[in-house]
Amino acid sequence: MPEIRIENLRKAYGEHAVIEGLNLEMADGEFTVLVGPSGCGKSTTLRMIAGLESCSGGAILIDGRDVTHLEPKERGLAMVFQDYALYPHMNVAKNMSFALRLARYPAAEIDKRVREVARTLDLTPYLDRKPGELSGGQRQRVAMGRALVRDAGTFLFDEPLSNLDAKLRGHMRAELALMSRRIRKNMIYVTHDQVEAMTLGDRIVVMRHGKIMQAGSPEELYRRPANRFVAGFIGSPTMNFLKADLVAEGDRVVAVGQGFRFPFAAERSAALRSFVGRAVDVGIRPSGFIASEAPDALQLPVILSEYLGAQSIIISELGGARIAIEVNAPQPLTVGGTRGFEVAADGIHLFDSKTENAL
Amino acid sequence: MNASTANRLTPYLFLAPAGVILLGALIYPIGYVIYASFLDWNPSQRIGEAAFVGLKNYKKLLGDGAFRESLWVTLKFAAVVVSAEMVLGVGLALLLDRKMRGMSILRTLFILPMMIAPIVVGLMWRYMYHPTIGIFNRTLVSLGFEPVPWLSDANWAFAAVVIADIWQWTPFIFILSLAALQSLPRSALEAARIDGATGWQTILYIKLPLMLPVLIVTMLLRLIDAFKVLEVILVMTNGGPGLATEILSLRINRTASEFRALGEAAAMSNILLMVLMSLTLAMFLYTKAMEARARAMRSQNDEEA
Repeated sequence: MPEIRIENLRKAYGEHAVIEGLNLEMADGEFTVLVGPSGCGKSTTLRMIAGLESCSGGAILIDGRDVTHLEPKERGLAMVFQDYALYPHMNVAKNMSFALRLARYPAAEIDKRVREVARTLDLTPYLDRKPGELSGGQRQRVAMGRALVRDAGTFLFDEPLSNLDAKLRGHMRAELALMSRRIRKNMIYVTHDQVEAMTLGDRIVVMRHGKIMQAGSPEELYRRPANRFVAGFIGSPTMNFLKADLVAEGDRVVAVGQGFRFPFAAERSAALRSFVGRAVDVGIRPSGFIASEAPDALQLPVILSEYLGAQSIIISELGGARIAIEVNAPQPLTVGGTRGFEVAADGIHLFDSKTENAL
Repeated sequence: MNASTANRLTPYLFLAPAGVILLGALIYPIGYVIYASFLDWNPSQRIGEAAFVGLKNYKKLLGDGAFRESLWVTLKFAAVVVSAEMVLGVGLALLLDRKMRGMSILRTLFILPMMIAPIVVGLMWRYMYHPTIGIFNRTLVSLGFEPVPWLSDANWAFAAVVIADIWQWTPFIFILSLAALQSLPRSALEAARIDGATGWQTILYIKLPLMLPVLIVTMLLRLIDAFKVLEVILVMTNGGPGLATEILSLRINRTASEFRALGEAAAMSNILLMVLMSLTLAMFLYTKAMEARARAMRSQNDEEA
């Protein structure tokens, strides 16, 4: 039974619609990540689920109950805000127990829960401190703690890690992943960072201009992006796109572009036959290039090499476009000259140039 | 003089004009008043001719029933008007802290009373309180009630000046409270909604505590002003009936101009100054203590981190 269902959700400010007919189901105990560039409507969607933002149309159902017009507190949610939203005048213990105190839990029960959560988050020494006396990472943990103490059915996260520095963010990401494994609640997490989306989500919902571009597991999105936008958004470094035309050569279909031709195997050729003659974007991930000494390998110039330690990213050029190639190389590569590369057949994604949909 | 000494002295050179103005405009008059309070001095004498009497003026004041009455009226007036204005001003701000059509016009209307000259406010209220032609009594009579002796009965007169002051100065607290409210962190208020706080609980547990620093300063400013109020009461009641509305500044004015006792008036001013200074000092120390506590906690935190 789906825990949270969103039906035909709409949000408009005057004439301007920011969310247009959103449909989404989130199974019980699932970690869903809403991801997309800024302004795609992901935060607005989350805030509508929370009840902080009114809906212009459609419905939100939690456990089959229509909560579209209920107050936030009647929805049984906990939320972690981007700027933590701690109460500056209350100490850590008071911050964490605020909801329980409002709900008139017995003092002993409140104390027990706060101490338990504080222990798991390493906050015990700071229970008497005010938020202003804590570091960014500690405040972040207090915000998590405040959500955890409530034992809510659903947890909402609005870019909770984006105010932390890179190192701490990596650390907190791992902590969050561990926590979500342990407590197995419904989690809805909004981020613009595809790395967070990939590492945390059971399911990722990629949004753009208030619409869902694709929803699926991280692997599905990475291996079979439904369109050019998802292909370009998921994966780091980003996918390379090359202009090409689909041409039939005997019983094979070939993608022909400026300076390259990628023939497809019989099975895929059959599937692509109806698209022959169309202009397409060929998508190849930087990791899709394989170094090759073969005589018919692509000879690609090394314009720049970014040495990362275990790998290097080569900036090169193909079909008139800048491309990035990821190679395993323990030593920095010399710039200049060319290197031979092949592309594995399953590393080639095709997108219709007009509709941007995957072929 | 070598170059480094000149460099060191340059800032003081630039500060000097400001220092002179400060001395002339602030320190000199205060020093003058303090010195005058030790003299038996009447307006026909030059200050040098007045006899030095030490603490006699202060001793006399402490034993003077009229002065004590006046001090009591002042304290009562300040406490009543500032409490009422705080409740009304903060309440209005809480009510009107929302997006509404015509809000900016409404806000301008609300602060109008504050911008009217106190003498005019006093005259306006005196006419409205007039026993026969004033709007209040005419309305009361036309509704079949007894007319109220607004300015001629001791209790009513005190209430009347309190009402006028509340009318004039509530907007001041309203405007500062509204500014404080609108600068509260939005996300903390949203977090409170998620945590299940009702509107009242949000006000009580989140909004008011977060506004507190601004409210304290606002209250202090109002208190200082209320202790010094003069014109409105001078025009409305001139301290009467009896001593019912004779606040301290009125008594100081009268002591100096009617009783021609400048030394005594100066001593009264100094007592008022000391009351206000101790209020301000208490505030200042409180803020310092809070800051020091926060700093201590932070540095302890840094060591652990």
